[in-house]
Amino acid sequence: MPEFEPRIVAFVCNWCTYAGADLTGTSRIKYSPNVEVIRFPCTGRIDFMLLLKAFAEGADGIIISGCHPNDCHYTSGNFHARRRWILFRGLLDFMGIDVERVQFSWVSAAEGAKWADVVNTTVEAVRKLGPYENFRKIDRAGAV
Amino acid sequence: MEIERRLLKKEALAGLVEKINAAGRKVHAPVCEGARVEFAPIDSIAEADLGYVQTTQSAKNLLFPRVERILSFKRRGGAMETADPDLSALPETVVLGMHPCDAAAIGSLGAIFTWDTQDAFFKARLEKLTVVGLSCAAGDEYCFCASVGLGPGSTEGSDILLTRLASGDFLAEIVTAKGKALVELAPELFLPAPAGADKDSALARIEKSFTREEAGERAKARFDDDALWDGQALRCLGCGACAYVCPTCACFDIQDEGTTSRGVRLRCWDSCGFPAFTIHTSGHNPREEQGARWRQRLMHKFSYMPERQDVFGCVGCGRCSRACPVDMNIKEHLIDLLEAKS
Amino acid sequence: MDELRKKARALLEAGEVRVVIGYGGGTGDRARAIFVREPERADELIFDGRCRQNLAIYLTRREVKELGKPAIVATLPALKTVLQLAGEFQIAEGGLVVLAPGADGSLIEFKTFADIEKYLAGAASPIDPAEQAEMDRVRAMSPDERWKYWLGQISRCIKCYACRQACPMCYCPRCTVECNQPQWIPVPSHELGNLEWNVMRAMHLAGRCVDCGDCSRACPVGIPLYLLNRVLIGDIESNFHQRAGMKAEVDYALSTFHPDDRENFIR
Repeated sequence: MPEFEPRIVAFVCNWCTYAGADLTGTSRIKYSPNVEVIRFPCTGRIDFMLLLKAFAEGADGIIISGCHPNDCHYTSGNFHARRRWILFRGLLDFMGIDVERVQFSWVSAAEGAKWADVVNTTVEAVRKLGPYENFRKIDRAGAV
Repeated sequence: MEIERRLLKKEALAGLVEKINAAGRKVHAPVCEGARVEFAPIDSIAEADLGYVQTTQSAKNLLFPRVERILSFKRRGGAMETADPDLSALPETVVLGMHPCDAAAIGSLGAIFTWDTQDAFFKARLEKLTVVGLSCAAGDEYCFCASVGLGPGSTEGSDILLTRLASGDFLAEIVTAKGKALVELAPELFLPAPAGADKDSALARIEKSFTREEAGERAKARFDDDALWDGQALRCLGCGACAYVCPTCACFDIQDEGTTSRGVRLRCWDSCGFPAFTIHTSGHNPREEQGARWRQRLMHKFSYMPERQDVFGCVGCGRCSRACPVDMNIKEHLIDLLEAKS
Repeated sequence: MDELRKKARALLEAGEVRVVIGYGGGTGDRARAIFVREPERADELIFDGRCRQNLAIYLTRREVKELGKPAIVATLPALKTVLQLAGEFQIAEGGLVVLAPGADGSLIEFKTFADIEKYLAGAASPIDPAEQAEMDRVRAMSPDERWKYWLGQISRCIKCYACRQACPMCYCPRCTVECNQPQWIPVPSHELGNLEWNVMRAMHLAGRCVDCGDCSRACPVGIPLYLLNRVLIGDIESNFHQRAGMKAEVDYALSTFHPDDRENFIR
């Protein structure tokens, strides 16, 4: 049986983490190819439902990343997002959805090495957790 | 065919369920789920609760599931391939202990699903369903089967109707060929019925408050009486609880799910009580107010269905009234309709 | 009850309000919402332990708004709803009369929203012991048991939206589930559709839910929705020290932030 390769979806903001991930590449830092990056204007724009959508579409883990506090391009989008994640994380945990598969981080445009590290450690952590079977088994009347 | 009467000893019911299961058929029966009773698959009669007054949801799920796949699609090269679900794979099913109102509701549901388009999904399920009804020994203040042309011992819609006699044994009335075929699975359990078996005294007393014909005519005559409909519906919240627990409500929505390369087409329940049910693309809503939606619900059951399909759309099970979060009581409102001055 | 009827009659006779939204007798021993528009029908009003529906639901419904200025018979959760609706600019001071009958037959008429705020600040909101026991039971489960518990609960959801329709804070004329270009939340009531719907409902009420419990009572299949609401209420209180329905002004936990909000889960 081939080794399990986790599928990680990363929702990142345009101004910090996406630029940071760019820097990872231009710095020639190698990191795990298991991540699929989706760019948003701001972490404040990342609807909580997107996390469930990602799991439903087969993600085994999720990264949400944006600007450090006080560095938001829109001043406070990341502060609002942080509140939302505090609540949403609690709700997911209460419903038995595996919050260990969701990694939040602040990665600035200057932190190319941190991005590589966030991705690598998340991939390894999810690799240990295995495929997210709970969501694969959820009934959707035959729709895949 | 003429109804045959047999006696099914109370201990024989367990054997009957075993025989049906052994024949590879699924048995569904009312099962206690906490504070509610619902139809659910059973393996043995011990799981069933036959002393129930009414289940929260009807058994229409067996014929018209709340979500049903009606098509699958997949892109292959430049073409889209579609596949129908394999209806022949549906299991033969016996529903045991369904009250006469629900059994009669199958006819109303069928009248809609075979009115013009012959609905293959409904028909395939109906063909494989055998109904072993159970007369009502008790009703409650929500029951009004007697006002809609039925009764606690009606055989309409049942293939076999059981009535629990004073002795605890069941009088089995074999109504249809399907019922007869079921008896053939365990003929030794169906004994000759004693000549004096008294069905009537074993039945609940359900008061007859009106006739369905009267209700339909009166509703039609008062169609334009907005004050009446709006007044009745003022507390209505516009949810779909009434429609979804109703054994005859048949509205559905079609949804495609998946991606542009593969997916499914699903049929799922819908309700005329929802504000968005009739909204047009333009934004215009012909049933803008809850009163109009409430009127639609009553009119459809008591006027439109008799006119179009020659059946009534209400069997007096009372589920809508029990499930309503704000106590919209259909029987009471029908009585109001009849009494109100025009 | 006499006080309530007297007041309702007087308000209607004086033309101060056009309708009194209160409770009357329903089927069997049920109570139900009634809309008293004629003074002589004020005697149909009742108030006792059966009167639990949060009548503030009707304050934002178009059919009821069309009747004219209302007086509302308010239980404790309904008082909170009035403030929350005011904080969300759905109702305005002077646009309604708020009557709070006590179990002892007394009656408080609130002249201003500030009076309601003062009253609520000193009022206890007891939690049903059976509901608390269920909360404790679920919290004590392992994550896997919690997942099984919730999957079992939501798989029974029939998507009748009684929870939404019964919720006084769900007053949007068009709900997110009705946004269908593209269809954001699956319409069918399969497990995935039910999960997404129930999570979305809870999150859209986070910081707004006043914990009246009408969603759970409305649910025909008995899903304990109050648990989801209360987890969020608890987290909002412990993290942000805010509680919905206590002020008649904007105090929405998710439309604001504090630079020092917790971030021990963020790398």
